[in-house]
Amino acid sequence: MAIRYDIPEYEVLRDPQRCIACRVCERQCANEVHSYDPDTGTMKSDETKCVDCHRCVSLCPTHALKIVRNPDTLRRNAYWTGDTIGEIYRQAETGGMLLSSMGNPRPYPVYWDKMLINASQVTNPSIDPLREPMETRTFLGKKPDRIERNPDGSIDLSNLPPQLELQVPILFSAMSYGSISYNAHESLARAAKELGTYWNTGEGGLHEDFYKYAPNVIVQVASGRFGVHKKYLEAGAAIEIKIGQGAKPGIGGHLPGAKITDDVSRTRMIPKGTDAISPAPHHDIYSIEDLRQLVYSLKEATEYKKPVIVKIAAVHNVAAIASGIARSGADIIAIDGFRGGTGAAPTRIRDNVGIPIELALAAVDERLRQERIRNNVSLIVAGGIRNSADVVKAIALGADAVYIATAALVALGCHLCRTCQTGKCNWGIATQRPDLVKRLNPDIGSKRLVNLVSAWQHEIMEMMGGMGINSVEALRGNRLMLRGVGLTEKELEILGIKHAGE
Amino acid sequence: MQNEGKIRIPSGCAISGVFSKSGERFDGETVIRSIVPMHDRSNGLGGGFAAYGIYPQHRDLYAFHVFYDSVRAKDECEEILRSGFDIEAAEKIPTRKMPQITDEPAIWRYFGLPFDKQLQSTGFDEREFVARFVVKINSSIPGAYVFSSGKNMGVFKAVGFPEDVGRYYRLEDYAGYCWTAHGRYPTNTPGWWGGAHPFSLLDYSVVHNGEISSYDANRRFIEMFGYRCTLLTDTEAIAYIVDYLNRRQGLSLRETADVIAAPFWSEIDRMDGEERRRRTYLRNVFSSLLITGPFSILLGFTGGMMALNDRLKLRSMVVGEKGDRVYVASEECAIRTVEPSLDRLWSPRGGQPVIVTLNKGVRV
Amino acid sequence: MKRVYVNERWCLGCHLCEYNCAFANSGETDMVKALQGAEIHPRIQVEGDNKISFAVSCRHCDDPICVKSCIAGAISKRDGVVRIDRDRCVGCFTCILVCPYGAVLPSPDGHAVRKCELCTDNASGEPACVRGCPNGAIVFEER
Repeated sequence: MAIRYDIPEYEVLRDPQRCIACRVCERQCANEVHSYDPDTGTMKSDETKCVDCHRCVSLCPTHALKIVRNPDTLRRNAYWTGDTIGEIYRQAETGGMLLSSMGNPRPYPVYWDKMLINASQVTNPSIDPLREPMETRTFLGKKPDRIERNPDGSIDLSNLPPQLELQVPILFSAMSYGSISYNAHESLARAAKELGTYWNTGEGGLHEDFYKYAPNVIVQVASGRFGVHKKYLEAGAAIEIKIGQGAKPGIGGHLPGAKITDDVSRTRMIPKGTDAISPAPHHDIYSIEDLRQLVYSLKEATEYKKPVIVKIAAVHNVAAIASGIARSGADIIAIDGFRGGTGAAPTRIRDNVGIPIELALAAVDERLRQERIRNNVSLIVAGGIRNSADVVKAIALGADAVYIATAALVALGCHLCRTCQTGKCNWGIATQRPDLVKRLNPDIGSKRLVNLVSAWQHEIMEMMGGMGINSVEALRGNRLMLRGVGLTEKELEILGIKHAGE
Repeated sequence: MQNEGKIRIPSGCAISGVFSKSGERFDGETVIRSIVPMHDRSNGLGGGFAAYGIYPQHRDLYAFHVFYDSVRAKDECEEILRSGFDIEAAEKIPTRKMPQITDEPAIWRYFGLPFDKQLQSTGFDEREFVARFVVKINSSIPGAYVFSSGKNMGVFKAVGFPEDVGRYYRLEDYAGYCWTAHGRYPTNTPGWWGGAHPFSLLDYSVVHNGEISSYDANRRFIEMFGYRCTLLTDTEAIAYIVDYLNRRQGLSLRETADVIAAPFWSEIDRMDGEERRRRTYLRNVFSSLLITGPFSILLGFTGGMMALNDRLKLRSMVVGEKGDRVYVASEECAIRTVEPSLDRLWSPRGGQPVIVTLNKGVRV
Repeated sequence: MKRVYVNERWCLGCHLCEYNCAFANSGETDMVKALQGAEIHPRIQVEGDNKISFAVSCRHCDDPICVKSCIAGAISKRDGVVRIDRDRCVGCFTCILVCPYGAVLPSPDGHAVRKCELCTDNASGEPACVRGCPNGAIVFEER
């Protein structure tokens, strides 16, 4: 192109006094930013291709590299920002929809950071997690309304729909095989097993090699029904019907053709090379009663032995939708807020559609209690859970457990460069190229995931102990343990918490 | 300053209970004397008693004790009460003027049974009908508060030290087979008598020393079943939880204790097959009714009494026995004051309920 | 005894093992000073291409052919580690020819030979190639 409209976002700074021309940056950059000039014996960089994934920076043995924001900018404008202008240039050139990866990066309010947690003093002692039991075990599933008794008077223990037992209230959220790599799935599966929790196949089906991790897998049935067959349903510990996800409410999944290899094609039961775009709705769910029909079809197909999860995106009337789902026979409802990640989504939908999970959770939990059906379902929340404090706050607002995905990928090495849709993930996570997938060693990856969740578990135990709580069920829905700061009356009302000082 | 019911007030306290297994009825002096040495556990901002077997002449009728702030509240409440119940007797509860007890509301009691046609039209059984009726009055008539609603039992409470409250209500004139007492140490000034302990619904009465960390988790669950935690006190929540588990779900008291003071998973995992499954089932199905935080409760009910500590035993409680008498108190001195020589005295383990009932065949 | 083992499944062909080895055996404390502008002479070498690669270093064989081949008696096995005595080596390169793994290489001074000695002859401690591998492809263990 003779006129270059796009201004490179980043500049590659190489300290010539440190560079030893070992070429690891050149070898490890799938975007071909770095190259070696044999005549001068030095390295060169083409910043137009850099996506700021930091692979080269992390590997450079002499710390010679830095990736910085390109100081070459357009005139400062708080309204017509450089990014906004750049997006218009791209669309003028290509005529296409802008596609982005990972979650909404825009500066909308973060409610997690406006809620504070309690601690016990004097009137109620705090509990020391180092020396006293501190329990994070949780069960997800429908609970019976009434106790039944056997003829001999003992409680009928079979009067309990199927449950998922978790040692820690954190699960790995849905990320499809196709959007992420085989090695990433293996890391998640092994970590889930070791931690005593669950991972989710996402809408790409379950690779045959991973059936051995089935006791810890939640199999997803999404609108494209990729990879859904009888053995798949029977393999999972639970079945999740994906109605929507937080990153792109109202539309279906999108896997670019470049990422559909032989293996992905076989696992998903689709042709190679063409984009796999899931339909927006499930074409057999046009109303709530249709959902009920699908829920029970899946239960019939699996002999009522597995809990059925329904996953929705957090949208404006999420409370009413959740109420409908609770009555449809679902055992667990998963709600994904607008910060949820994705392999690929239209930028405008990702950045402008959906609501924060904190508000959605508070509204759904309260509505289900008002309707007296909160005990009929468990709630899992997702969409940008960043740390253990977010988990504690989510449980205090009413969640039974949380799903993490972005945080899990970051633990595996993701640097949130947000170019997953190109399929050239330098960390071996969001790619199908074998030479790149190799970069994620599941021995290392699963260990890092176990470390992350264990660390969060210990922090959760510390915070619980500080509040005088020693079992996570006593934190669930315990809104008096939260106070808001810098929130309006209306926000406090929706969250159902008091302001700090009250 | 916000009144009781608008703000949650944590408190430390004293509890005491005396029970006669043979059903022998004795006056309130014993329990009043037992709470005197625990004076410093209270700060004069709340005291109360529950007594069982005190209305033999109206043994089969519900005895409602009500506080009124105004004449209008009394008129409104009586009209509603008489619409649902056939009231056989209505009178002021006799009290003794005392300088330590001030700002008294009007205190009345009524004896009656629900009208049959009311029971039929709502389809509830008698106890469910009465429970709902009481909750409705308390949440919808401002200035009127029903603080006792059982048969052949009554709660007596006020703002003051328990020994003064006992004398105020002339408890020496009553005779019952079971007495529980409570002295309160709230960390705020409550405005209102209804906040004192015991809290009562039907014939369940609860006195409690402690502060529940799981309060809001418990409250937001129990309120799904029609209960309204208007007082924002732990004791109210505990009483509703016991009513729900014992009366509505049909769990025995021991099973109820297994839910609210469930053992740790590490202990459950060590149990053998059937017991482990049973405990896991109860903890899972009623997970939101697990009570964490220090507590020491004395639950009274027709024909018996249950004492229970939280599973970490963060509040003191001792049990003493002599002959047919059983004593429970926050401190040993409270028991020794009224019964210097005991057959047995022990401190129950955290999470282990102590349940005493009338001997077989005893009628009260 | 512990040896260096390489798993080709995880080798990325990034060559960081080579650079770490060269640095460890340079006698310098600063990597830039040791390696900038210089041709490196590591004792481990990455072989292969984009599809599959593998780093090769001395196997410290149970019955080393190089020891038998050395005409000057400069190569010996001590505590399981095959070592080269630089003072005795005459630079005949017989060991380079006989090593079935190609693990012995000419040394920069053009005279003696060099090969992996499990970092027992430098200040590295744990073998530098193991420490420097970013993907767990090189391990130091007993099998």
